[in-house]
Amino acid sequence: MPKTLFEKIWDSHIVAALPDGNALLYVDRHLVHEVTSPQAFEGLRLANRKVRRPELTFATMDHNVPTSDRLAIADPISRAQIEALAKNCAEFGIALYDLASDKQGIVHIIGPELGLTLPGATVVCGDSHTSTHGAFGTLAFGIGTSEVEHVLATQCLRQKKPLTFKVEFAGNLKPRVTAKDMILKLIGAIGTAGGTGHVFEYCGPAIRGLSMEARMTVCNMSIEAGARAGMIAPDDTTFEYLASGARPFAPQGKELEKALACWRTLPSDPEAKFDKELTIDAGQIAPQVTWGTNPGMVVDITGRVPQPDQVPGMARKDVEQALAYMGLVPGTPITGLKLDVVFIGSCTNARIEDLRAAAKILKGRKKADGVQVLVVPGSEQVRRQAESEGLDRVFKEAGCDWRFAGCSMCLGMNPDQLKPGQRCASTSNRNFEGRQGKGGRTHLVSPEMAAAAAIAGRFVDIRTWA
Amino acid sequence: MGMTPFRSHKGLIATLDRSNVDTDQIIPKQFLKAIGRTGFEKGLFHDWRFLADGKPNPQFELNRPEFQGASILVARNNFGCGSSREHAVWAIQQYGFKAVIAAGFADIFRNNSVKNGLLTLTLTEAEVEEIFQMAGRCKGLTATANLEEQRVTLHLPEEISFHFEMDGGVKEHLIRGLDEIGLTLKRESEITSFEAKRPFQNRHREPPP
Repeated sequence: MPKTLFEKIWDSHIVAALPDGNALLYVDRHLVHEVTSPQAFEGLRLANRKVRRPELTFATMDHNVPTSDRLAIADPISRAQIEALAKNCAEFGIALYDLASDKQGIVHIIGPELGLTLPGATVVCGDSHTSTHGAFGTLAFGIGTSEVEHVLATQCLRQKKPLTFKVEFAGNLKPRVTAKDMILKLIGAIGTAGGTGHVFEYCGPAIRGLSMEARMTVCNMSIEAGARAGMIAPDDTTFEYLASGARPFAPQGKELEKALACWRTLPSDPEAKFDKELTIDAGQIAPQVTWGTNPGMVVDITGRVPQPDQVPGMARKDVEQALAYMGLVPGTPITGLKLDVVFIGSCTNARIEDLRAAAKILKGRKKADGVQVLVVPGSEQVRRQAESEGLDRVFKEAGCDWRFAGCSMCLGMNPDQLKPGQRCASTSNRNFEGRQGKGGRTHLVSPEMAAAAAIAGRFVDIRTWA
Repeated sequence: MGMTPFRSHKGLIATLDRSNVDTDQIIPKQFLKAIGRTGFEKGLFHDWRFLADGKPNPQFELNRPEFQGASILVARNNFGCGSSREHAVWAIQQYGFKAVIAAGFADIFRNNSVKNGLLTLTLTEAEVEEIFQMAGRCKGLTATANLEEQRVTLHLPEEISFHFEMDGGVKEHLIRGLDEIGLTLKRESEITSFEAKRPFQNRHREPPP
């Protein structure tokens, strides 16, 4: 029976078929951060339970961490949460990349960096953007705190088998159109609930042509289309990334040889059936900009703020509410929108290639007057790499703030927040109301588009940028 | 530890006329810093519920007098999308809701609800619209969400009832208030024998110094 990539991984991780029809699924890697874990550890303590496989569990601090002065956490509640994670990791014997570690960073950036994310494996984390790791041909999905506790105690999860959804990107991207534009285009096409109950498998020439980092950007936002996970079959691009020698937890030498033989069997069989399929012509994708308050409210850079009754698949009331919150007038060209803040960062777009792409645009230029530009690397490894390439100087000379690693203004749990009414071009993943700060207005874009917007002070079509 | 079993609940309906209510709205970031499991009701829909000066926002539906004491929340499509924060479920329950009715739920939110014994009940868009209409016409509309019969009934002079679909496993979990971790731990020998057969590539390597 031909199988999809997802089915191969699912089937090979079933510990037991449960009487209620669900599967008891084994978890190979459990990533932990400070926000969604304290109640799970407390649950273990109350029930006098242990962490079953602490050596398969890895923790870091990312959501609350300050990006200016790392070690001075002014907010006592944030500090208490950070300290709670350190205490829990020490008590239960879990490896922690804390603020003093040179490997600290956003959990979904350090997992792949360290070689923790491997093809054919299952990865879970109490964070919806765990879908990022699917770029390696990994089954990776976000869970809540009760499930975090379940994995800590049992190294397993009780899961209902999701459906499969093949998303093919045919053709090839036009210059300066990016992975971010591909995923925003998809979410715009199927909506924020279009993938509910499904696991995406992204395929097609435009996906094959992406680097690992760009593939992570695509998989990262699978959850914004409602999907349980997003995956890409591993290929030579994946294997080169893992074999590069810089990934301490990835197999090496003889182990790598054996692993490669196994990983090569993972791609979906040619005859495998999916529950849903969709093809998007990558050659037709323009740079995308969101106009509303969810990632499905998106338009080409050449487009305009929509009329409330002219958005297919959306209720007039929902569009009106979004436009009112965003302070937008229907019919306004997207390129006419002036910006107060530009944020380059997050688990979606804060890897080294993202920073290189932004720096290429900003090199030798200045940000527009009155625009605050925040560049936040996704990990301390990314920060050091960027500094070794002189990217920090490019950003600083352009007038940007260059920061330490963390989630930062993607969700504003630390002091990096928008003020009410501020309009922001952001490389993050969610334009929800108040996400980046109460009353803040978020437009999601690629790093290149964000960098160009920083210089112009408004959105510009990166394809026509000199 | 199991949770409180859910069989049937009768209570006052409150309607929230929005689609894609994301968990950032249900409980904003500033409330996620807590390390305990209680007190989240203060944060429920905080930025919609309260004005800048901390007073209740009279424009927000849940602040209407007729919805005070409501225990069944009704919303439109894709409720609970976005962040995996289980704090959203805790906030909804601690505010007093026992069940949420919508035309669709996001997967992680629904999973989190089951683990905490919050009933999430999916009806068609037309059925949800009918509840909105009735709640608009009859102030103080109450309903019964009966999980055993998979039926929600609006208590009107002429009662209206809707059947809802429910995964068998989820239903059993809610009705019995199961301790999932305890159940899984009983399968210790199966987990151990599975681990013994783990493929080499998932074997853990010693952390680097």
